[in-house]
Amino acid sequence: MDTVIPVDRGGPAQPLLLATGLRKHFPVGGGILGRGRKVVRAVDDLTLSVAKGETLGVVGESGCGKSTVARLLIRLIKPDRGTMVLDGDPVDEPHGITVNELRRQVQMVFQDSYASLNPRLTIGETLAFAPKAHGLPAAEARERVRDLLSKVGLDPNNYAERYPHELSGGQRQRVNIARALALRPRLVILDEAVSALDKSVEAQVLNMLVDLKSELGLTYVFISHDLNVVQYLSDRVLVMYLGKIVELGPVEAIYGNPQHPYTRALLSARPSMDPRKRTKEAPIQGDPPNPIDPPSGCRFRTRCPFAEDVCARAEPALSDTGHQSVACHMSIAGSGHSKAVRGGAAAA
Amino acid sequence: MAIQTPSLDLGAGLVQATASSASRGYWQSVARRLRRDPVTLICAGTLILIVAASLAAPWLGLADPYKTSMIRRLLPLGSPNYLLGTDELGRDMLARLIYGGRLSLFMGVTPVVCALLIGGLLGITAGFVGGRTNMLIMRVMDVFYAFPSVLLAISLSGAMGAGTENTLLSLTLVFIPPVCRVSESVTTQVRGFDFVDAARASGASTLTIVRVHVLGNVLGPILVYATSLISVAIILAAGLSFLGLGVKPPEPEWGLMLNTLRQAIYVNPVLAALPGVMIFITSICFNLMSDGLRAAMDVKA
Repeated sequence: MDTVIPVDRGGPAQPLLLATGLRKHFPVGGGILGRGRKVVRAVDDLTLSVAKGETLGVVGESGCGKSTVARLLIRLIKPDRGTMVLDGDPVDEPHGITVNELRRQVQMVFQDSYASLNPRLTIGETLAFAPKAHGLPAAEARERVRDLLSKVGLDPNNYAERYPHELSGGQRQRVNIARALALRPRLVILDEAVSALDKSVEAQVLNMLVDLKSELGLTYVFISHDLNVVQYLSDRVLVMYLGKIVELGPVEAIYGNPQHPYTRALLSARPSMDPRKRTKEAPIQGDPPNPIDPPSGCRFRTRCPFAEDVCARAEPALSDTGHQSVACHMSIAGSGHSKAVRGGAAAA
Repeated sequence: MAIQTPSLDLGAGLVQATASSASRGYWQSVARRLRRDPVTLICAGTLILIVAASLAAPWLGLADPYKTSMIRRLLPLGSPNYLLGTDELGRDMLARLIYGGRLSLFMGVTPVVCALLIGGLLGITAGFVGGRTNMLIMRVMDVFYAFPSVLLAISLSGAMGAGTENTLLSLTLVFIPPVCRVSESVTTQVRGFDFVDAARASGASTLTIVRVHVLGNVLGPILVYATSLISVAIILAAGLSFLGLGVKPPEPEWGLMLNTLRQAIYVNPVLAALPGVMIFITSICFNLMSDGLRAAMDVKA
């Protein structure tokens, strides 16, 4: 069963993964029987699509729900609401594919390279686990392990018999990437996969990811708080704030002409390589509000320099401005915001 | 591939350097650390000696541990033919102490093994499944945990009546909650690691994940804890026998011997203390060995 290579079913125009209205609220504290419980709104009505062969970057501050999105997309946590469609097949629904079939085609690389490897298993055992669990005979699994290790630039003769603690962080993360590729997935979710590495090792692993992508025809969802890395790797970028999408568009549009005040603040907070262009002041003040009780209307309004009455009253919908989609009243014609664009001449 | 990088060469060099010391597994490194720990080695050696002597008792050429003699009662240590003297009925102390080890060790180890199976299964289930299952199992355990272990053992034995089987049963029940709690907390901790999530994301069945990824990481700490419980079990079993709730006379058992020799404490105090000394040595060896095991296993790299 494992030798079936996932085929492109809907053609190149059909999104590989389409998630609609994903929502995950985590209950916190409260009554024993679930009455009067408060919830953390980790991800709220998030809709996204991943095109075949692209890299979708996901950026945002810590705690904005990036990792929850990753875990929702691979169904490590069950969404409270929302549907997912993998290349035309609804996931976990009648007439659709099961969660296990989804996981055959979607895999994930975790941030902590040490915690994501079982310390009691050799690298070879770790890599062979998933193929064996899917019924691959031991001899073929061994061959698969050798193939995977050489794909990520580790010599199979040296590394298959070693234990995680004998490897460096970069080598361990290569093993994690190899493990994610063990089932020959189509989509790989990289959750801060290079964030914990040294800059030099990070660059090597990033280059390897780019090579693997073209070699194996992969699609990536690349989650990171590092704006430079996302810019380097992504075709499209999704900016999250408190569990919501605030801006979504091609990487050139997001980095070249950011529309949402939050995206602009994030980008201007990037440390500059040029000492003459030092960041003068903190572009946004304070911490994000508590996601247990997010602000009404636009969730960014409490920290937004352009906030007006309308921002507290109504939640801005994610609307197309021509180049990218923005969830801000200033980009919606006739929203009632004093800086709102006139008559739909968006972002001209 | 583009990444034939310096880090790779570095890795290869590292391999060359450590090629002689072949890649070591976790248990090999534990064994290596244990070999450098004299206290644990001595304790383990003593225990092996005690266990071996008890098991081989019938073939050691000892006197009959049941044979009484009214004229040779309470002989002191070092009497001819009676190396460790005789008890209040004139039975050979050396033979009774060695034969007594059989029952005492049996009653110390068996409840812990049973509790390990039942409590471990319950604890790992509670820890891995979580949610309501965890709540149900752990709250039931808390009810048992609320009683002091000695009190619980005495009341269970008292309710069921004296006898070896009932003692084993009550001690097993006493030890299930602590084993369950330790298993649950270790499993909960392991379940939180990303490698379990990665295994779940690979679509493997829950049983496979528990077998491959959870058991290997939780069995060590649970076994260490169980080793430390054996000493408690020996003392509790001896205590129950002392109170007349455990083994029935004339069976040799350290706790029971302590009880029957108690009248002799003014006549021959050293003799009366001998069974206690055996209990002390055995349980402290189990305790120190458990500490040594824990130290040897409590290393990351």
